[in-house]
Amino acid sequence: MFSSHLSPFTQYEVVIGLEVHAELITKSKMFCSCSADFFGAAPNTHVCPVCLAMPGALPVINKEAVAQTIRAGLALNCTIAEDVRFERKNYTYPDLPKGYQITQYELPQAVNGWLDIDTPDGVKRISITRAHLEEDTGKLVHENGASLVDYNRAGVPLLEIVSEPDMRSIDEVNEYLTRLRQILIYIGASTGDLEKGAMRMEANISLRPAGSEALGVKVEVKNLNSFRAVRNAIAYEIARQERILRAGGQVEQVTMGWLEAEGRTYVQRSKEDAHDYRYFPEPDLPPLRIERAWVAELAASLPELPHARRQRFVAQYGLSPKDADVLTAERPTADYFDALVAAVGEDMPAKKVANWVMGDLFRLVNDNGLPISDIPVTPEKFAGLLKLVAARTINANTASQVLKTMFKTGEGAQTIVQREGLAQVSDAAALETLVDRLLAEHPDEVARYRAGKVQLFGWFVGQVMRETRGKANPGVVQKLLKDRLNS
Amino acid sequence: MPKLTPQEVQHIAELAKLALSEDEIERYASDLSAILDYAQQLQEVDTDHIHPTASVLPLRNAMRPDEARPGLEPEDALANAPASDKGYFKVHAVLEGSQ
Ligand SMILES: [Zn+2]
Repeated sequence: MFSSHLSPFTQYEVVIGLEVHAELITKSKMFCSCSADFFGAAPNTHVCPVCLAMPGALPVINKEAVAQTIRAGLALNCTIAEDVRFERKNYTYPDLPKGYQITQYELPQAVNGWLDIDTPDGVKRISITRAHLEEDTGKLVHENGASLVDYNRAGVPLLEIVSEPDMRSIDEVNEYLTRLRQILIYIGASTGDLEKGAMRMEANISLRPAGSEALGVKVEVKNLNSFRAVRNAIAYEIARQERILRAGGQVEQVTMGWLEAEGRTYVQRSKEDAHDYRYFPEPDLPPLRIERAWVAELAASLPELPHARRQRFVAQYGLSPKDADVLTAERPTADYFDALVAAVGEDMPAKKVANWVMGDLFRLVNDNGLPISDIPVTPEKFAGLLKLVAARTINANTASQVLKTMFKTGEGAQTIVQREGLAQVSDAAALETLVDRLLAEHPDEVARYRAGKVQLFGWFVGQVMRETRGKANPGVVQKLLKDRLNS
Repeated sequence: MPKLTPQEVQHIAELAKLALSEDEIERYASDLSAILDYAQQLQEVDTDHIHPTASVLPLRNAMRPDEARPGLEPEDALANAPASDKGYFKVHAVLEGSQ
């Protein structure tokens, strides 16, 4: 397809599609009642005749896994199929005890969806071909010339989400994966925990001369277990394919693996040994007929999705898109913020509340390593503190200190402010006396200030704050000092 | 139907991870062709007005609630394994592709 008449100045466009496998959050496996919570368990302790493929054992569909797949399909703007069936995908490998994987092929659960991503040129819509349900495989450990097999993971419900080849850069891929993972976590379909293998990726990569409509020969890279591995593998493949094309060669259609430690892809199989899966309908499972009422019920159970929530935070709270993105990145944080703004009410603009959350609160949350939903400073308590700031009972510095104490003790802001006598001194008469005394004690500085050394103004403010242990209302102090020094 | 070629038999054997001798390939080419011929009779049925179906059972939506129950004890799970090691099933080394 690409021949040597291309000049060395030809620019190539990269075309990328992704397949993402996400383990669904269920109590039991896809077709048997073994616990799906296998992570860290001793090998072959979550197995039964069904997931070990013992003769005569029959699968039964886990309803919750189907529900989660439908919810994910809805969240990805897919059409939810009415007629769905499982099929056998036949291949022989020791991680697959039956010699086939039960999956959805011809009649998948969800089709024709999309996911919007942010790019430097604005929002881009990535089409989603399908989202279907299947079972995970066992795990192999290679050791001393033998392979050891653990079937705890075999039969765990797995959601596969296939995109169209709509991505044109590594940044777009990264954004797609980030948004997809965020949605799956938001709706409670998957933990998205990459370190525990809850999400695994495959990328289809091809190059074509910029401006060309025809697709180049694609290479599929499998076993990508982190977003970093996806980025690195794609960068490696782009460079490799470009080198071949520039040398006048042709890219071979192959399936590759990724060696993370060595940072390179390797050929797993060529087109000639492409698997012939011989799919056929699973005779042990009657087809599904997905009732529309059930779909409607599941749609109603979806939370506000990240994209919509981001837009609402901008529109309703007047936040910048960037701040809205930070505050909606995780659902518990967004829930906290919504509750906090509601509790603060009209007393403080939401934008200012956001600064408190992203500054002081995030610092404390990070330092303590607690999920935001479990911190002792509830939205109501935090609102109590911010109301004291809004009413100028305490100043911002004091509020930071009080927040730290609240985090430690779980007390309310008012309690701490009263006990420690932290209420701000706004009483002009009291501050006047103090300012007058300070000016009388420092005639040299006063003289130098009046002679033009205006930087000393900050020093005077500092003295007043020190005398009041930070409690003086800075506005009142500044006004008093200006009046006195400039008269 | 024409008889299966040795290459086709070899391909099928590879999909099933079976190693066949020359004699076996020749024998299975005949046997498998005979089976295909037998199944070929189905092609004579007129299915023009039959809706494609994956199941003749009147069953739909046979699903179970998501409840976890203990499975087999590891000793029982491994009882029939040809070989095991540290609680794992042990098989010949498998690696796909050349790294
Ligand atoms: Zn099981």
